[in-house]
Amino acid sequence: MTAETGDRVTITIDGREHAAEPGALLIKAAEEAGTYIPRFCWHPRMKPVGMCRMCLVEVETPRGRMLTTACTMPVAEGLVVDTKSAVVEKAQEGVLEFLLINHPLDCPVCDKGGECPLQDQTMSYGPGESRFVEEKRHYEKPIPISDLVLLDRERCILCARCTRFSDEISGDPLIEFKDRGNLTQVITFPDEAFSSYFSGNTVEICPVGALTAKPYRFRARPWDLEAVESVSMVDSFGSRVSVQASQNEVLRINGVDNDPTNQGWLSDKDRFVFEAINSEHRLTTPLVKENGEFREAQWSEALELIAERLGSVRGDEVAGLGGARSTNEEAFAFGKFLRTVVVTPHLDAQLDDGLDPRFLAGTVARATVSDLEEAATILVWAADLKEELPVLYLRVRRAATELGASVVVVHPRRTGLDDVAAVKLTYRPGDGADLLGSLRSKRRARAEVTAARAALKDGPVVAIVGRTSAAERPGLAEAVAAFARDLPGAKILPVARRANVFGALDMGLSPELLPGRVPAASAQGRSALEEAWGPIPEPGGRSATPILEGLRDGAVSSLVLLGCDPARDHPRPILARQALENAGFVVALDLFLSDTAQLADVVLPLEGFAETEGTVTNLEGRVQKVNRIIPGPGRSRPAWSVLGDLSRRMGGDLGAPSAEVLMEEIATVAPAYRGLSWDRLEWGDGREGLVVPTGDGEQPLQHVPDAAALDGAGDGWALHAGRVLYDDGVLTRMSPSLAALAPRAAAYLGPADAGKVGVEAGEEVILRGPYGAVALPVGIDPTLAGGTVYVPANLPATAALGAPSHVEIERLEGGGS
Amino acid sequence: MASGFPPILTGRMTEAPGDSHTIARYEATGGYTTLRTALSGMTPEQVTEQVKASNLQGRGGAAFPTGVKWGFLAPATPRFLVVNADESEPGTFKDRQLLERDPHQLIEGTVLSAYALAVHHAFVYVRGEYPKPARRLQRAIDEAYAAGFLGSDILGSGFDLDLMVHLGAGAYICGEETALLNSLEGKRGEPRIKPPFPAVEGLYSRPTIVNNVETISNVPWIVANGGRAYASIGDPASAGTRLFSLSGHVKNPGNYEIPMDLTWRELIYDIGGGIPEGRELKCWIPGGASAPWFVPAEHLDTRVTKDDVAENGSMLGSGAVVVMDDTTNVVAAAHRIVRFFAHESCGQCTPCREGTTWLERMLWRILQGHGRPQDLDMLMDVSDNISPGLTWPPAMTTICPLGPSAVSPITSIMKYFRDEVEEMLAAGVTT
Repeated sequence: MTAETGDRVTITIDGREHAAEPGALLIKAAEEAGTYIPRFCWHPRMKPVGMCRMCLVEVETPRGRMLTTACTMPVAEGLVVDTKSAVVEKAQEGVLEFLLINHPLDCPVCDKGGECPLQDQTMSYGPGESRFVEEKRHYEKPIPISDLVLLDRERCILCARCTRFSDEISGDPLIEFKDRGNLTQVITFPDEAFSSYFSGNTVEICPVGALTAKPYRFRARPWDLEAVESVSMVDSFGSRVSVQASQNEVLRINGVDNDPTNQGWLSDKDRFVFEAINSEHRLTTPLVKENGEFREAQWSEALELIAERLGSVRGDEVAGLGGARSTNEEAFAFGKFLRTVVVTPHLDAQLDDGLDPRFLAGTVARATVSDLEEAATILVWAADLKEELPVLYLRVRRAATELGASVVVVHPRRTGLDDVAAVKLTYRPGDGADLLGSLRSKRRARAEVTAARAALKDGPVVAIVGRTSAAERPGLAEAVAAFARDLPGAKILPVARRANVFGALDMGLSPELLPGRVPAASAQGRSALEEAWGPIPEPGGRSATPILEGLRDGAVSSLVLLGCDPARDHPRPILARQALENAGFVVALDLFLSDTAQLADVVLPLEGFAETEGTVTNLEGRVQKVNRIIPGPGRSRPAWSVLGDLSRRMGGDLGAPSAEVLMEEIATVAPAYRGLSWDRLEWGDGREGLVVPTGDGEQPLQHVPDAAALDGAGDGWALHAGRVLYDDGVLTRMSPSLAALAPRAAAYLGPADAGKVGVEAGEEVILRGPYGAVALPVGIDPTLAGGTVYVPANLPATAALGAPSHVEIERLEGGGS
Repeated sequence: MASGFPPILTGRMTEAPGDSHTIARYEATGGYTTLRTALSGMTPEQVTEQVKASNLQGRGGAAFPTGVKWGFLAPATPRFLVVNADESEPGTFKDRQLLERDPHQLIEGTVLSAYALAVHHAFVYVRGEYPKPARRLQRAIDEAYAAGFLGSDILGSGFDLDLMVHLGAGAYICGEETALLNSLEGKRGEPRIKPPFPAVEGLYSRPTIVNNVETISNVPWIVANGGRAYASIGDPASAGTRLFSLSGHVKNPGNYEIPMDLTWRELIYDIGGGIPEGRELKCWIPGGASAPWFVPAEHLDTRVTKDDVAENGSMLGSGAVVVMDDTTNVVAAAHRIVRFFAHESCGQCTPCREGTTWLERMLWRILQGHGRPQDLDMLMDVSDNISPGLTWPPAMTTICPLGPSAVSPITSIMKYFRDEVEEMLAAGVTT
């Protein structure tokens, strides 16, 4: 026996010695040593159950050789394993035969055929024909178990991967085993669908074709699919995906296990949003408005018109909004276009629904997602992560359930994390400052506050802070961060939702920021940039709301929009609409004719996700590469190319012959991105993405979170305008499978508050706020803080309300109709 | 009862069958005095010492030394004691009698064991098909609480114990201790992967001892009379008396408490009264449906001890002896047993879920007259894929021994009655 080497142990697999991590499961240790042990039920991200028995191997024990499952066997010094003995081979072949006797073998019509572990292993080890002459097990098939997933119980090999995923990983155990023995089946509970935000993962990890997803069923055979690795652009978490296409159509998105981010999992929105890429509503040609009607135009005509209109006004009469849904390269091109070609200081990637750009881009003590693995305590004072950043929710949940972190959740109502939270504090929007005060103080307080204080003493602490909804005061999250910074071992993860909002801010799409996390007011930063770019406008430009106000009032005349829909996404929809209607000239670069684009004068069709190449930066500052697998529809083009062309027509030059060259420039002029390159992300040390600044870069902006004076509660009903995963955002709306899942709109009140208003569930009320009014049925939410009304944001019936801090509630007399 | 031997477990119920289950009778016949003595004059370690010295072996089936098992209990608290009353092995009905006829003996044994193990919460998991035993036990527990033998500060000793009865929901597999613990926790009754063993991570992931009803019922006698006295009864390697449930083709079926030093001939013919109506003994199952069968030519004069039975390739198991006479269709008997195991498979692991049902259907097909010559080898080969090597004690491709249990009757008939099976294949459709 070889002695232990460092913290490794020596194990012998099939006569050869290997060093292995002590306690690692044999199936994994063997794989690292180059020996693949077949398996069905074992999944590296879930607890082993040893159920399928496919991974049986022989180990030496004091009582002789014994068969054991490699997936449940931790390795220790001196372990001797035989994975190829006659006994092992017979046992494995026996298990395979057992799995096949009741399997329908309908591979030719099964989605999984061609990428099916059962099929593959049968090809490798299985018998040529079956000895089983009895009748196979039969079930009705397939049966829908949710709006997205169908179940074929005849194909199922009962490995429990799906049921364990729902229970262990996503925390919504809506599928379970029923009956026993040979009649065991996976099934949902009566009258309860498998409506999980994560159901698609079960389809992906199913080792046979028992679970299939409606958006992909019968659409392709795996061998006809081309695949490229990319990053989901549904939200700012940056989940790694495999985008799979056939004949220039994206047909499937699967998860890729990137350890620092999604660890293989996706939300169903990440997964099924590809339907929007293929939508027939995609813009395919430039549109120019004439007499209030759009007509199709050539690129040259449209760009000439834009160049002429933007060139005819002073630069600072023009403003730019958007970029948070674009790649870094496109956002960078947009900023350079606005600052050096148009020459305007008015630009913003956010729509006043996020946080202070300096805080998001440059907070000190910023946490990475991996820090959650080490955290003793996780404070979540942000949106309901399950709704806005579902895969981050999975990571926090894992930290709580698997790694023992205590989670403290602060929110105006129930959140997805509540069931794993050690402490939950419910508060009325507007009372956040008071609650923060009582968390800070040592005075007697309600039990939950005391419990939260105690939990937060246990470090390291990771504080996930963000706006609980767009109606929440924007300064609160930063005040929470300022509080959290003093906690033991504290790190801060400020969160905002839109896909590449962090990248867009890093590219300088804010009046406060220059590319690479440089404060716009920094003389040194400005002069460094001017050396590369030439003169740039003075700081002090308008952010989103002042831009819209300027457009409404005439101080700003023209607006350039890059993938941005203020009519839908700004907290003040009436202001946004007035601004767009009053503007002298509006150009929208977009994928769809959004509510905003409909009010534009010129609309330019863009290539989007899966069609353009570039990089994106996630909420922890991790830069990853997104890739192209299909061309965009019609005459759509990538934004950087459109902006380059437009610049030339306006007498400028972006110096952007390709997106990759833009990245080279970013790596030069953006200090935090120094040293980055596509090559490094694709082939070098950046395969898992690189959190910027890397060792090569620096971050001039060191923003210390500030607890600025916060508004008090104010009068009237506090509004909580929390988002739901399947809202009426354009990607959901354009993905038919997801659009059908949008919840019904309602104005939710606590039971006591409903009594105060004198309404019951289902009765209609009118909610009136400073930005708009909506009529909604009342819903009762017993988890909601008192004095608060919860209206899910951005549903067709709620969008017009916007996100004011307060609303009035008016009963509709006679109700009903 | 075996003549001339003072019974340990069944004396009271034999002498006072009318009210042996009441606390009055129990106390009147010396019940709970051992508890009184132990709690006032013995340390927990001293109680454990007696159990270790007794060589008492688990009566649930595995015959693991009880004292050794207790020694494995991890030090963490809280820790639990679970009495396994999920008596489900076909042919076994001894625990039922102990529960119905002498529940206080079990309760006293439980309190003594809990005291020895520093356990303050104990459970009795009673099979769902035993409503009357469960009622009797619950009534006895109520009596014991009222009399101060359960609850807090038992007999002023400062020792606390709560004892709860839990009824199963009709699954054989819940007799397997880890499936029992899952069931007790409200989960599906599926065996857990071992290790960890219950003594380290059992009920609610806490250290837990699981002992059979009969095992625990022996504890009062052992503590009262000393472990050595117990160890001196019967065969040195199989200490004490055991309750055997004798059934099938015998004149006097029933439960018999005997020391483990008789021969099978004595058990079947002297105690059981032999085979009725002058028929011949064909074979018998020595230790419950899971056990490989015995035949008279080879085993009738071998001894009924753990070691002798093991040497002959079977086990005493749960003490169920099922006797079959020469009118028995052994294929039908084997099918009946395999059908039971297929029905009771929890479905968790592949070889048991698929294999037991496959075996059952092959046997059924043979019984229906549709057997094929190759079915004999196939029966053995499919069995081998559940229990590699077809040895005893069985190797397993399964999580727990339920799958291999279904193999025992098949290997038994193929070993002793292959000609009968072949005859059936040759005859084709039978009636």
